Amino acid sequence: MMAHDAAGSPPRPALAVWKFSSCDGCQLTLLNCEDELLAVAESVSIASFPEASSQVMPGPYDISLVEGSITTPGDAERIREVRAASRFLVTIGACATAGGVQALRNFSEDLAPVVYARPEYIDSLRTSTPIAEHVPVDFELQGCPVDRRQLLEVITALLAGRRPNVSKHSVCMECKRAGQVCVMVAHGTPCKGPVTQAGCGALCPSLGRGCYSCFGPAPGWTFLPFTTREPVRAEEVK
Amino acid sequence: MTNISVPALARVEGEGGLEIVVSDGRVTEARLDIYEPPRFFEALLRGRRYTEPPDITARICGICPVAYQMSSCAAIEDACGVTPPEPVQKLRRLLYCGEWMESHALHVYLLHAPDFLGYESGIHLARDHPDLVHRGLRVKKAGNLLMEAVGGRSVHPVNVKVGGFYRAPDPAKLTALIPAIEQARQEAEATVSWVSTFDFPDFDRDYEFVALRHETEYPITQGRVSSTGGLDITPAEYDAHFTESQVPHSTALHSALDGRTYLTGPLARYSLNSGNLPADVQQAARAAGLGASCTNPFRSIIVRSVELLFACDEALRLIGSYEPPDPPALDVPPRNGTGYGCTEAPRGMLYHRYTITEDGTITDAKIVPPTSQNQKAIEDDLKDFAATRLSLSHERLTWECEQAVRNHDPCISCATHFLDLRLTSGQPAIQAVRRT
Repeated sequence: MMAHDAAGSPPRPALAVWKFSSCDGCQLTLLNCEDELLAVAESVSIASFPEASSQVMPGPYDISLVEGSITTPGDAERIREVRAASRFLVTIGACATAGGVQALRNFSEDLAPVVYARPEYIDSLRTSTPIAEHVPVDFELQGCPVDRRQLLEVITALLAGRRPNVSKHSVCMECKRAGQVCVMVAHGTPCKGPVTQAGCGALCPSLGRGCYSCFGPAPGWTFLPFTTREPVRAEEVK
Repeated sequence: MTNISVPALARVEGEGGLEIVVSDGRVTEARLDIYEPPRFFEALLRGRRYTEPPDITARICGICPVAYQMSSCAAIEDACGVTPPEPVQKLRRLLYCGEWMESHALHVYLLHAPDFLGYESGIHLARDHPDLVHRGLRVKKAGNLLMEAVGGRSVHPVNVKVGGFYRAPDPAKLTALIPAIEQARQEAEATVSWVSTFDFPDFDRDYEFVALRHETEYPITQGRVSSTGGLDITPAEYDAHFTESQVPHSTALHSALDGRTYLTGPLARYSLNSGNLPADVQQAARAAGLGASCTNPFRSIIVRSVELLFACDEALRLIGSYEPPDPPALDVPPRNGTGYGCTEAPRGMLYHRYTITEDGTITDAKIVPPTSQNQKAIEDDLKDFAATRLSLSHERLTWECEQAVRNHDPCISCATHFLDLRLTSGQPAIQAVRRT
């Protein structure tokens, strides 16, 4: 649905931002586009963005940006409603695309009794799962948090009606391109760059630190960000 | 009084609801319902390496990751019996100034000012007052640039480690930020004067304030845990005085100080430490009508703006005297023990406690974020505030109640361990409100 301006100018696509279980950091990345935020706000109609605005307009929405993972029965239901109301559904960040740091619980016993004295008050699923396990997703943008430039590219591309141009290779490519010395080869520092999705600009190696994989797996690999388990080849789990 | 129901309180970080029960023309109950899904961080940390909390706990909150990194480093270093040298401490304080600038500018301009001016968002405000919003965004950006220069990036910085930093920023990189921070400093000064012209309801409260207090500094990274009720303890004594309890309507735990409700955050920090602000910042505060303390939560936007000015001032001072720590981090060997850390997140005091073993495995973790500490005080505010405003229109009262919550810049992602506002008349509602 296109929202019409009072002045009768061309209709603007309706953008919605949704939060599930998350830290709000990926939504904040949109608000952190200080130089572009007001331009984005002029090229779309911000139909729903509760963190930034009290105004909530009913769907359907042209673009839905979804942050966060599914961890409660209510949210498993709510994401279906968001999907049904959205033309393009884009998941942003490690929580929405992989389950997030809270998916570490998937490998443990029930954790509610560890944190809460009265776990029966807590309405939570045993697992934290990515959005794509619940509904079809049109585009996934990895990162913890997502990279600002990549987020703007995704929004720009969708507004222009083209596929987002987001690199699909490992952090090593970015690191080499930046002319950085390999921390693993030169200093023996463990680095997950070879198996990690690019997008951060090889930040950790630029600081002499090994990559800790906050952008999640590069194409061909599968693992959960923040896990202590070894990455595995994607074909091995298929 | 008719039923009032607002399905989601916006312009807060996270998911929750609010319920006010009116019976026979009296407010009988006010509840902040927090239903942000729990993420079980304290449990996930068990069995992890003692070096991991700065990266893992940063993910509790995208708005104040530095606070989590700083409180966790302080607690783990305490457990290991090390104190990083002065240059590391100063660089941490500089990084934290960036977070205060970013978070306070976000709250003042995009989340809170629209309440006072009758707009639904900062973006709506920008349609009528683009220059104002651009000013706020510039200040916010200066904070983010500072965090990027010191921390590598602004959301979940990567340069922080137990003991210090992975790499000390090059002095030229910090010096290059001076013009942007000087401009932000001037614009923060203009912000203080601007917000002081807003209309504030008369609503002074008898809060017990809790904040860090330091002999000479306005507290950010260090100090004694102090209150206006006479508390004066080290972070290690926190658990002897502060208790957390679970309530059915919230996935955040409620905190109490020796059984009493208390408030942490900018009002508390300012009221306990305003004498430690630099003279020019104190002068700006006085010109904006603030005394040595502030007990009207609606005026927190002025205090937050004063702290924004302070953060710019302090960042410039720290850059001016910057010496790269060498080495950038202290070696921190693990040992058996428990450590405690308290620092001042933009929205209030953040407590961490870790127990680690000799081989560096975490066996226990406790995290008490500011919003769960403030939850009871926010509910008390709402109950007393709504009681004086029942003659207002339904729409107006709802707006003002939401504003009364935003006064405290609640971060519910943190506290959960979001908000939707529902005012109910007649029967008390039992169910927590679920967002639709």
